[in-house]
Amino acid sequence: MSDNQNDKQQADLQAGEPNQIDLEKRNFLIATSAVGALGCAAVAVPFVASMTPSERAKAAGAPVEVDISKIEPGTMMTAEWRGQPVWIINRTDEMTAELAKHNDQLSDPACEVTSQQPEYCKNSSRSIKPNVAVVVGICTHLGCSPTEKIKPGGDMGENWTGGFFCPCHGSKFDLAGRVFKGSPAPINLVVPPHKYLTDNTLLIGVDTEEKA
Amino acid sequence: MTDKNKSPLANALDDTLSWVDARFPLTSNIKAHLTEYYAPKNFNFWYFFGSLALMVLVLQILTGIFLTMHYKPDAELAFGSVEYIMRDVPWGWLIRYMHSTGASMFFVVVYLHMFRGIIYGSYRAPRELIWLFGVAIFLALMGEAFFGYLLPWGQMSYWGAQVIVNLFSAIPFIGPDVSEWLRGDYLVSDATLNRFFAFHVIALPFVLAGLVVAHLIALHEVGSNNPDGVEIKKLKDKKTGIPLDGIPFHPYYTVKDLVGVSVFLIVFSAIVFFAPEMGGYFLEANNFVPADPLKTPAHIAPVWYFTPYYSILRAVPPILNSQFPGVAAMGLSVVAFAFLPWLDKSPVKSIRYRGTLYKKWLAAFVVSFLVLGYLGTVPSNIWGQFGAWMGGADRATVVARFFTAVYFLFFILMPWYSKKDKTKPVPDRVTG
Repeated sequence: MSDNQNDKQQADLQAGEPNQIDLEKRNFLIATSAVGALGCAAVAVPFVASMTPSERAKAAGAPVEVDISKIEPGTMMTAEWRGQPVWIINRTDEMTAELAKHNDQLSDPACEVTSQQPEYCKNSSRSIKPNVAVVVGICTHLGCSPTEKIKPGGDMGENWTGGFFCPCHGSKFDLAGRVFKGSPAPINLVVPPHKYLTDNTLLIGVDTEEKA
Repeated sequence: MTDKNKSPLANALDDTLSWVDARFPLTSNIKAHLTEYYAPKNFNFWYFFGSLALMVLVLQILTGIFLTMHYKPDAELAFGSVEYIMRDVPWGWLIRYMHSTGASMFFVVVYLHMFRGIIYGSYRAPRELIWLFGVAIFLALMGEAFFGYLLPWGQMSYWGAQVIVNLFSAIPFIGPDVSEWLRGDYLVSDATLNRFFAFHVIALPFVLAGLVVAHLIALHEVGSNNPDGVEIKKLKDKKTGIPLDGIPFHPYYTVKDLVGVSVFLIVFSAIVFFAPEMGGYFLEANNFVPADPLKTPAHIAPVWYFTPYYSILRAVPPILNSQFPGVAAMGLSVVAFAFLPWLDKSPVKSIRYRGTLYKKWLAAFVVSFLVLGYLGTVPSNIWGQFGAWMGGADRATVVARFFTAVYFLFFILMPWYSKKDKTKPVPDRVTG
């Protein structure tokens, strides 16, 4: 403390009002600080909000049209919707029949978790047409894209009946995108909203109830 | 204040210095932090890494400035601009390899620096705040490395960022919104790259620099610890007030550290010139392929310095259909270091006076850290599967679970074993 301040304090002491707390001034200062803090918080809002997806990013989520006539039975193709891979699998009849046989090995065989597929795909084949599966190829664990292991057996072991294997953390999915028990992925892959414009043309990103 | 015994030049310098000192505490700061900062005289090999970390930070900032002159933070241009730096910019390859090697060497140096703090009890009172600032520096450094790794926009950059950002969506309730906010899009995209560039180049370097200053101010306030863990300030020369076991930092330790810097730079240059990719550990092969949002590489792994924590993430199974426990365990494994000052109940600081019980636990921790680090670099089916008696589980996953448990027990049981440990008497003076 400098001498000047000391002198002033001494002078105050002699004037006889050193220990008096000016409550009015203190309350005023508290109120001012509170309003100031509120102002700072308000200024933070636009900065935080500026980091959310921009209008352009939102607009990029437009539906995509896919011609599925060229997918041979037992193979698949990958379309791009919202920058994500969307698998369209043309299952053979055996493949579709197999779906019902391994329910006991699945975490959610009956698709009870409603966020993972639209209502019209909550069925035994998780699809509109029993043979055509449409699934977002992003693992529900940490967002890697699983590798196609459609053929039974192979390097996946004797008991493998066909599906997908995530290279990042080893999650396994069947040909309807349902997750096998014991995988790091907690739930089934997402079935995106989609509808058929014609028999062989698929529109991904929109269904009958919504408008594009 | 002309002194007739001095040359005119020396007089002019003296005058300039006193002019500055009247306006800025230059001489007093040089004294307080260098020429009259008394450090214990028994510093050994382990004490090189603090000054080396500071040097690598300067190196990273310097090379980083020159890289930003040519790099383009744009999803369309980023990968190409890095190749442009490597092929077309004069000496660009050298600057970029210095920066990428510097990132890995930063972690080498910082891990050794942290290990020094652990074995000599440098986190103990009164140095808890130095340690906490250090943990904060470590966290900021991890963020800096992560954000920087996205910038080359290769496959590993892309999918690494995808996985790490998705870790946040495991947080209950707010998770998905948080990771969308971090990405600024529904997937890792141009928006993500652009903001990671901002974090990497502006935000975190400022944070790091500020924390380093706080780390050093706290250190110079309480004084350095030493391999014996004795407080040199307890015994001072009665006339001068200088600690009996203290020597001025400058010139003694500046000269010593220069030797460390020389040896370090030999190793550093050898890597930069002869093995900049370090067999895929410093720069991963998959990152020489441009990012493809539709295709995950067959095997993804983080860079080596993150692998112990990544192993812990993989080792913890989902509980109640939630991956949050794994993510929480990974976060905790990093933050656990911050609790050391309060977990350690030993009457002694340095490993020199600890008993075998503590040494066994420390050894178990080091082994866990290294094994987890190795396992994080390889796929979880590397050692095949156990038979039906273990439910056909991956051998490597079971091993990772065991060492994850040891890793955490080192911290959780520390209050118990550090107290129970049979310690040796600590001398009053340092032993050299």
